Amino acid sequence: MTVASPTVEQISTVKRRSPMSETWEYLRRSRSGMIGLFLIVSHLLIALTSPLLVPQDPLEMNAEARIEAPSTEHLMGTDRLGRDVFSRSMLGGRVTLVVTIVAIILAVIWGSLVGIALGLLGGRIDEVVMRFVDALLSLPWLLILLLVVSIMGTDMWIQALTFGFTYGILTIRVARAATLDFVTREFLLAARARGESTRTIVMRELLPNVRDVLLVDGAMNWSWMLLGFTSLSFLGFGVTPPTPDWGFMIAKNREILAIQPWAVFGPVIMLSTLIIGINLFSDALAKAMGLDRSQGAPV
Amino acid sequence: MISLTARRLMLAVVTLFIISLIIFVGVEALPGDMATAYLGQFATPESLKALREEFDLDAPAHERYFNWLGNAIRGDLGESYARHKPVSELIGYRFRNTVVLSTAATLVGVPLAIVLGILAGLTRDKWPDVTVSTVSIAGMTLPGFVTATVLIFIFAIRLEWFPAITLVSTNAPISELLPNIVLPVITLTIIMVAHILRLVRTNMIDVMNSDYVQMAQLKGVPSRRIVFGHALPNAMLPTINIVALTIIWLLGGVAIIETVFNYPGIGRLMVDAIGDRDLVLVQGIALILAIVVIAVNLVADLLTLVLNPRLRTARGH
Amino acid sequence: MSKSLIEVRDLTIGYTSKRGDLVHVLQDLSLQINPGETLGLVGESGCGKSTLGQAMMGYLRHGSQLLKGNVRLDDHDIFDLTAQELEAVRGQKIALIPQNAGNSLTPTMRVGKQVLEAIHLNADVSDVDAKARMLDLLAKVRLPDPEVIAARYPHELSGGQQQRVVIAMALAGLPEMLVLDEPTTGLDVTTQAHILDLLRDIVAELGTAMMYISHDLGVIARVSDRVAIMYAGEIVEDASATEIFKVPAHPYTRGLLESIPRLSRAGIPKSMPGQPPIPGTLPGCAFAPRCTFATDLCTSESPKLETVNQTTHLVRCHHGEETIATDFSRELEQVYHTVEHRLQDEPALELSDVEITYYRPGIMDRLGRDSEPPATVSDLTLSVQRGETLALVGESGSGKSTIVRTISGLLPAKSGRIRFEDCDLTVEVDDRPVDLCRNVQMIFQNPDASLNPRHTVAEILDQPLKLYFPELTRDERRNRQVELLERVRLDGRYRLRYPAQMSGGEKQRVAIARAFAADPEVVLCDEPTSSLDVSVQAAVLDLLADLQRERNITYIFITHDLAVVRAIADRVVVLYQGRICEVGSVDEIYAPPYHPYTETLLGAILEPDPATKPKLLASDTPELGPPAQGCVFQRRCPYHTEICDHESPSWQVSELSNRHRIRCQIPLNELTNAQTDVIAA
Repeated sequence: MTVASPTVEQISTVKRRSPMSETWEYLRRSRSGMIGLFLIVSHLLIALTSPLLVPQDPLEMNAEARIEAPSTEHLMGTDRLGRDVFSRSMLGGRVTLVVTIVAIILAVIWGSLVGIALGLLGGRIDEVVMRFVDALLSLPWLLILLLVVSIMGTDMWIQALTFGFTYGILTIRVARAATLDFVTREFLLAARARGESTRTIVMRELLPNVRDVLLVDGAMNWSWMLLGFTSLSFLGFGVTPPTPDWGFMIAKNREILAIQPWAVFGPVIMLSTLIIGINLFSDALAKAMGLDRSQGAPV
Repeated sequence: MISLTARRLMLAVVTLFIISLIIFVGVEALPGDMATAYLGQFATPESLKALREEFDLDAPAHERYFNWLGNAIRGDLGESYARHKPVSELIGYRFRNTVVLSTAATLVGVPLAIVLGILAGLTRDKWPDVTVSTVSIAGMTLPGFVTATVLIFIFAIRLEWFPAITLVSTNAPISELLPNIVLPVITLTIIMVAHILRLVRTNMIDVMNSDYVQMAQLKGVPSRRIVFGHALPNAMLPTINIVALTIIWLLGGVAIIETVFNYPGIGRLMVDAIGDRDLVLVQGIALILAIVVIAVNLVADLLTLVLNPRLRTARGH
Repeated sequence: MSKSLIEVRDLTIGYTSKRGDLVHVLQDLSLQINPGETLGLVGESGCGKSTLGQAMMGYLRHGSQLLKGNVRLDDHDIFDLTAQELEAVRGQKIALIPQNAGNSLTPTMRVGKQVLEAIHLNADVSDVDAKARMLDLLAKVRLPDPEVIAARYPHELSGGQQQRVVIAMALAGLPEMLVLDEPTTGLDVTTQAHILDLLRDIVAELGTAMMYISHDLGVIARVSDRVAIMYAGEIVEDASATEIFKVPAHPYTRGLLESIPRLSRAGIPKSMPGQPPIPGTLPGCAFAPRCTFATDLCTSESPKLETVNQTTHLVRCHHGEETIATDFSRELEQVYHTVEHRLQDEPALELSDVEITYYRPGIMDRLGRDSEPPATVSDLTLSVQRGETLALVGESGSGKSTIVRTISGLLPAKSGRIRFEDCDLTVEVDDRPVDLCRNVQMIFQNPDASLNPRHTVAEILDQPLKLYFPELTRDERRNRQVELLERVRLDGRYRLRYPAQMSGGEKQRVAIARAFAADPEVVLCDEPTSSLDVSVQAAVLDLLADLQRERNITYIFITHDLAVVRAIADRVVVLYQGRICEVGSVDEIYAPPYHPYTETLLGAILEPDPATKPKLLASDTPELGPPAQGCVFQRRCPYHTEICDHESPSWQVSELSNRHRIRCQIPLNELTNAQTDVIAA
C-alpha cells in the first residue's frame, strides 16, 4: 500500500531557510547587535584611514603647546610633550588592532585544531592534556601573560604570536567541549559506520556544527585579548614609544589627569567603545545562534 | 568523605611540588642564566663571574633546585639581585598588604555578586535584571586600569573624598592603610561582581527553568521555599568554582590595580621584578602565589564535594 | 448527572513564536472529569496534551498566555486564584505526575525529604507523624526498603523507582485528582505494566480521579474509564473507553486505531498520510485535509463537539452519526495486510560465539581489580538468511543495540566470528574494506539526531554516493538522489530542504534513502519507528517491507515493541542482559513453549482493547548487569529453582521445528503445560 507524499503546493511554498540566513535575519533585527557591529566597523575604518585623516601629526612635539585644554586646533588638548591627544587617540588603536586581530585568528585556528583533536581522540592523551590546560587556566592569568611577554619580547609580530598562543588555550577548552557535544550524535556515528574517512567526518559533519560556537567564542576571546593587551601596555610591556598606543597613553597621561583629563579620556573613550562594541555584537551573535555565553574568562 | 579529603590534601601537596619544579625549570629554561638575564646588555665577563660566584650559580641544576626548595621551606627565598635584600623581607609586608586588599575586595565583592546574580536571575528581563546586567557589562568590558582611572578622577580628583595614590609606606600599620584601599577595593569589586554575577545569573535562570523546579511549583511549594530549598543549592554548585577562579584572577588583576594606585603590594612588586628581570624575586613570588592558588582550589574542591551529592555517593547514573 | 470535579471550557492558549507571530496550542478545548473517574487523553506529538495537563494545574509555560476560556475546579476558576490559593490547591486538590521522573526530582535533596515536603505542605502534622506517613507512602507505591530509599538521592534510583517516588509525592496531599503526563513513556515494557497496575490499585482504593495523558492506546485502554481524543489542540471525540475502542465515531480516532500494530493480528496496519495543522489556522474542520470522508461542508465550516445519537458519546464531526453506524470491527479486520517474505537459502550473516564488551580497563583498574566483569554480550550464535527480517527483541540492557553496533563496525567484538560473504565483521569500520561498509548499512532510531542539521537532503544523500560510487558525475549523483527520494515516496524537490523543515516521518524516510543509496545487502534498523508518531509508523514499516522485496535485502530489526515484530519479522531473537533466551520464527515465539522471559515480555504488553489485561509475571527490579554465573534471568524468573543460579542452561530445541530453540533448564513439555497462550487469552 503506498502512501501519498505531501502535495506539490506545500513543497513549492517552502522557501529555502538555511540555518545561516536565519542567524543573519535575527542579527539584523537586533538593535544592540547592530550598534556593536557599527562600533567595530568604525574602529576598523579609523585604524585604516587615520594616518591620512588626522588633523595633526601625532608624533610632533610642541614645547610651547604643552598640556593645553581642548581647543579648535587640538580637539582633545595636548599632552606633556605638546602632542595632539586627538590624533594620537585615533591612531592609538592601530597596533592594538593589528596585533589582536592576527592573534585571535591564530588563537582560533590553533585552539580549534587541538580542541577538536582532543575531543575526537579521547583517552589518555585527552586526559593528560586537559589536566595540563586546567592547571594552566587556574593560575593568575595576567601574571602568566606578563611573564611570557617579558620573555618573548615586545616586537609587534612576536606579540601577536604570543597572544595567539596563550589565548588559543582558552579556545582549546571550548572547541573540545563543542566536539564532545557532537561526537555522540547519531549523524556522526552514521558517517563513521559508512566508512567515511576521519578527515571527511571532521570537515563535512563536525565542523559546520561546531563553527558557530567557535565564532562566538572567537569574538569574546578577542575582547578578553584586548583587555589583556591594553593592560600589558599600561604596565609598560607593550608597544615601544613614541608610537601612540591607548594603554600606554593612559598610563603616561595619568600624571596630568587632574589638569588635563582629556589626555586620559581620549584613549579611554576609544578603547571602551571598541570593547563594548565587540561585546554587544558577540552577545547578539550568540543569541542569534541560540548559544549561551555562559563562559567566563580568566581575565 | 574523610578519605576523599585526605586524597585531595595529598594531591595539593604533590601539585605544589610539581609547580615548584615547573617554576624552577621555567626560569632555568631561559636563555643564559640568571646572571646574563639580570645584567642584560651591561654584562661583562667580570661582572658575570662576580654575580655567579656571589649567588652560587655554577652549581648543577638539581643541586640548586633542592637548595632553593630546602631554603624555601625554612622561609628563606634567597636574595634579590636588584634590591640586595632578602626576598622574604621584600615580600613580607607587601604580601600582607595585598592580602588586606584582596580579602576586603572578596568579602565585599563575592556576596554582593552572588546576591545580585540571584536577584537578576529571578527577575529575568524585568527592571532589576536589566539594571544590574547593564551596569555589570561596564565592569566586565572595561579594563581594570580604565575603571580605576575613572574612579580616581571622580572621587579623588573632583570630589576629593579619597587619596588618589597611596602615600603610606610599605610596613605601615593596617589602620593607616585602610583609607587607601577604598578606591582599589571598589575597582576590584566592580570587576569581580561583573564576572561572577553573569554566571550566577545564568545558573539561576537555568535552574529556575528546570523540570524539578517546575515540579516543585506544581507541588504547591511556595516560591520562597523553591528558591532557597530547591533552586539555590543547585545553582550554587557551579558558583563555588567560579568564585575560586575569580579569586585566583584577583591575584593577577591586583597587580594592575596596585600599579594604578601605587599601592605597596605584592602584585606591583611582581610587575617590577619582571620588569627588572630580577629572577630570584620572581621565583619567590611565584612560589608564594602558587601556594595561595592551590589552597584556594583545595577549599573550592572540598566545598563542592560537601555540597554535591552526586560526587559523594559511589553509585551514579 | 453528578457534579463534575474539574471542567475545562473553551480553553485557548497560545504563545509568541521566535518570528513574532501568535501560535495557538489549544483551541476552544472543552472537557470535564467526574470524581473518581479516569479520563484517558490521547494525542500524538504536538497536539498540545502537555500544555493541557499543565493548564489543569493552573500553570502556563514561560511565554504562553491564556487567550480564552477557563478551567473550573470546584467552582473556582483556577487562573483567577492568587498565588497563595494556587499553592494550596496544588497538591491538595490536584497533583501532577510528570513524564520524566528523574528530571523532576531535585538532585540535591534526598527523596524522602521531597516526599516529606509534599506532606507538610498539605497537612498540619508533627514531624514524627509526617515521617511515618512518608514511609507509609513509599511502601504503598511498592518500593522495597522504604527507609533505605528515603535516604537516597534521585540519581541513585532506577527509572522505575524514581517514578514511584514521584507518585508517592503526588499522593501525599491526598488529592482528589491526579494529572499524569505520559508517566511510563521511556520505561521498560515490564516496568510500565507494573506501574500501571499500581496506579489502578491506588486509584480504586482512594477514589481519586485521574487524567492520564498518553499517545499509547494500549496504555489508555488499560487505565481509562473514559477516553478523549485530541487533535490539533481540540478534543475531537469523548466517550467511554469501550465505545472509543469498539465504535469510534471520528475518522481520526478510526485512523489511529487502524494504525496500531497489534499482537493479535499479524500484518502491517494502515497509516494516515499528512500532518496535523497548527491549531486555529484552518477555516473548517482541522482534520479535513487528511480525512477520507471529507465533504465541502467539512472544509468550510468547523464542526462543534456534540453528542451522537443522544448518548454521552461526544464527537466533533459533521458526519459523526453516519460514521458510528458503520461496522468498525469488520473494517479493522481488513486493515492489516501481511508482508510477503522471500527468504533465500544461503545465509547472509553468520555469528558464532561472539562476545562483546564495553569494559576497557585503564591502568588503575588493571592494578586493583581481580577479575573482569561479565561481558556485555556473550554466547551469541546466530545465522541470518538472505532476504530475511530478523528481529532482535529485548528491553534496556538487553544488548540489542550493542550487537547491531558491532555488526555495523562501530564497536569491535572481543571474540568469536562474524562473517558476511567472505569478510570478517569482528573488526571496526576503519579496518574494513569499503565494499563491506557499503553492503552493511544502518538506520538509527532518532531521525532528529541521525541527520546533520547543517546539511540539505541533497548533501545528506550525496555523501554515500560519493563514497561508494566515485565514478559517478555530479549530474548522475543528482539524478540518483531524485530517484532515491522517489523510492521513499518523497518528492524530488525535498532535495533542497534542511532537516529542520521536515516532519519526523519525512526525516526518517531520508535516513532510509541514505541507507539505500549504498545499494546494500544488509540493513540494520535500530528501532526505526520508535520515535515516530503511531499514525506514521505503519507507512515507514510499509516502505521498509517494499524496499526489501525489491532487492531481497536482509534486515536485522531492533525493537522493544513485540506487536511491531509480529507485523514484519520472519524470525525473532529474544535477548536479556546480553544473552539469547529464545530464537524462533514469529509464529513459534508467540505460542508456547516460551522462555520465561519471553512469557514475561508478552504478558506485559498492553493491547488497545479495554477487555484485555496484562499478566505480570516477574517483578520489575532493575538489573545492574548480567550475573557472573548461571542463567541470566535467575533474579526475576517466576520458575526459578536453585540450579539456575549455578549452571548455565543448555539449549533445548523444539520438537515441532528445529529452528525454534529455548535456553532454559526446564524441559520444554513442562513449560508448555505450565504456560498458556498469551495472545489467545
